[in-house]
Amino acid sequence: MAAAKVEKYKSDGTAVGGLLEWVDARFPLMSLWNDHLAKYYAPKNFNFWYFFGSLALMVLVIQIVTGVFLVMHYKPDASLNTSGVPVAFASVEYIMRDVPWGWLIRYLHSTGASAFFIVVYLHMFRGMLYGSYRKPRELVWIFGVLIFLCLMAEAFMGYLLPWGQMSYWGAQVIVNLFTAIPFIGPELGVWIRGDFVISDATLNRFFSFHVIAVPLVLVGLVAAHIMALHEVGSNNPDGVEIKKKKGGDGIPLDGIPFHPYYTVKDIVGVVVFLMVFSIIVFFAPEGGGYFLEFNNFFPADPMVTPPHIAPVWYFTPYYSILRANTVNFFWLDAKLWGVIFMGLGVMIFFFLPWLDRSPVKSIRYRGPLYKGALAIFVVCFFILGYLGMLAPTPGRTLVSQICTIIYFAFFLLMPIYTSLDKCKAEPERVTG
Amino acid sequence: MKKLLFALLCAPLLALAAGAELHLDKAPDRSRDFPALQNGAKIFINYCLNCHSASYFRYNRLADIGLTEQQIKDNLLFASDKVGETMTIAMRRADAKQWFGAAPPDLTVIARARASEFGSGADWLYTYLRGFYRDDARPTGWNNTVFANVGMPHVLWELQGEQEMGAGHKLELVKPGKLKPEEYDAMVGDLVGFLNHVGEPMATFRKELGVVVLIFLAVLFVFSYALKREYWKDIH
Repeated sequence: MAAAKVEKYKSDGTAVGGLLEWVDARFPLMSLWNDHLAKYYAPKNFNFWYFFGSLALMVLVIQIVTGVFLVMHYKPDASLNTSGVPVAFASVEYIMRDVPWGWLIRYLHSTGASAFFIVVYLHMFRGMLYGSYRKPRELVWIFGVLIFLCLMAEAFMGYLLPWGQMSYWGAQVIVNLFTAIPFIGPELGVWIRGDFVISDATLNRFFSFHVIAVPLVLVGLVAAHIMALHEVGSNNPDGVEIKKKKGGDGIPLDGIPFHPYYTVKDIVGVVVFLMVFSIIVFFAPEGGGYFLEFNNFFPADPMVTPPHIAPVWYFTPYYSILRANTVNFFWLDAKLWGVIFMGLGVMIFFFLPWLDRSPVKSIRYRGPLYKGALAIFVVCFFILGYLGMLAPTPGRTLVSQICTIIYFAFFLLMPIYTSLDKCKAEPERVTG
Repeated sequence: MKKLLFALLCAPLLALAAGAELHLDKAPDRSRDFPALQNGAKIFINYCLNCHSASYFRYNRLADIGLTEQQIKDNLLFASDKVGETMTIAMRRADAKQWFGAAPPDLTVIARARASEFGSGADWLYTYLRGFYRDDARPTGWNNTVFANVGMPHVLWELQGEQEMGAGHKLELVKPGKLKPEEYDAMVGDLVGFLNHVGEPMATFRKELGVVVLIFLAVLFVFSYALKREYWKDIH
């Protein structure tokens, strides 16, 4: 927070104290510590939903640390070895078998990808429950949606690296989407792939993006997300501003220092998360075929198209929206409409702070219209996700079309139903 | 409202109704049965490892299923001369492609790749290796119940004998092999058990370690929760 200047640290005479004083005279150590931890006052009534922010940060660290070690042994090379297996695919199995603890590092990374999306989807849902995107937290939300976009790019490009059948054909399908763009489409596809089909050139550039470019942007955005949050202060399950009621010392009456209260609380959350995470890593690393797709244990073969190409579960809601468009509206191809709607489906989250016209933030004080709309939206999101894993049939396409319409209606009709909604009065203080 | 939600939830179930079924027999679990896995290794190396490689699996990893390095060297090292090498083959892929129409795939992770919503990869392999039948329309003279128009002939036919596709899509043994049907099934069970092991040799250790990790986390949970309660005592 842009609080008053913090006193520089004064040594208490010990060696550590002396070192701290020396550092703090040259670096804003104490002010960083106070602004973001020891004197960052968070509402005292955070509930279960507030664990997922810190968990997302931890999964990011897991992904970076395991990723660093995977890169030491992984080879982004699509050429075939003497046994006729692509070198990239074989190097993943080398990590699984010959690198000490390689199997664990790889499973942590592959499970971490799915865990990242689970945690981030729940974190976003928390924002929708308690109106955390509302003024003055619009920028926090926008940085968050940018993180979500980066995460999608990161996951998509990372999924190509094992160079299995699903890696290959999934990338082929998604990159081909860009070719639907009029005029520049085909050239754009070649530009993205670096070739006319997904090939060694694509594998190497995706590897570069996956391990360098996107993580750099991601870490920067996470820093911006947290800085923006700490500037305006956290929302809470009651959706009331704790800064409006301050004590004589200028500290919000309902605020408690993030450290130690939420650090010790988040440790409990981390331990529970790690238990669930470990159950998957150690007992079901394939996640029933949802985290590691079975077909991806076949090496990529450009000559054999799998009968059914499905993206990993976290992309399936948007994949369903893509496939739901089957009509050539106006002069545009159905495929292009699919691409447009898929893109809009993600981008529309940016506008949430301005679409919501409710006088209250939290679901606790909202009326039946928003509660019902949110419930239907969540159901549709799950249905779209489920249908995105299956091969399309006319019945399934119809269901996904209905769900796509509801998905967009949730956002586009929001200004209407949130202003009509019969809300309860917000309390003055948080209710615990 | 509730009715609407319910209807929405049911809609995809109706949409799901259509879909092809693949019936697979359940493969026996051999994951902790070392003699069976060793028998599977012997069959794999004798019958499969001439056309198929297992090129990420090292011979000395057979120690995991209870074989000594000397036993491996004396009994199983035909295609290589160093016990630390992977199970590669001498047949050139270009030749193989000419002879069979498609180069025989590497089998290291085949038991993982063949998993599907219909059953585990082991189930698929167990059904596949027992599902060859005579079909004169095929160049090899063989076809298969789960892998239609398969390129591989029935390599184990001497052991199983010859099956034909009878009425009602049921297989009938028309010419008995060296093994009785139940002996053949047990042998295929061993072979599939070995392939399952090769697919992820560390799977057993992974699960054992998982138990230790979860016990550690359970203890850590008790302490972390106690710490949280201690700090939060004064927050009302």
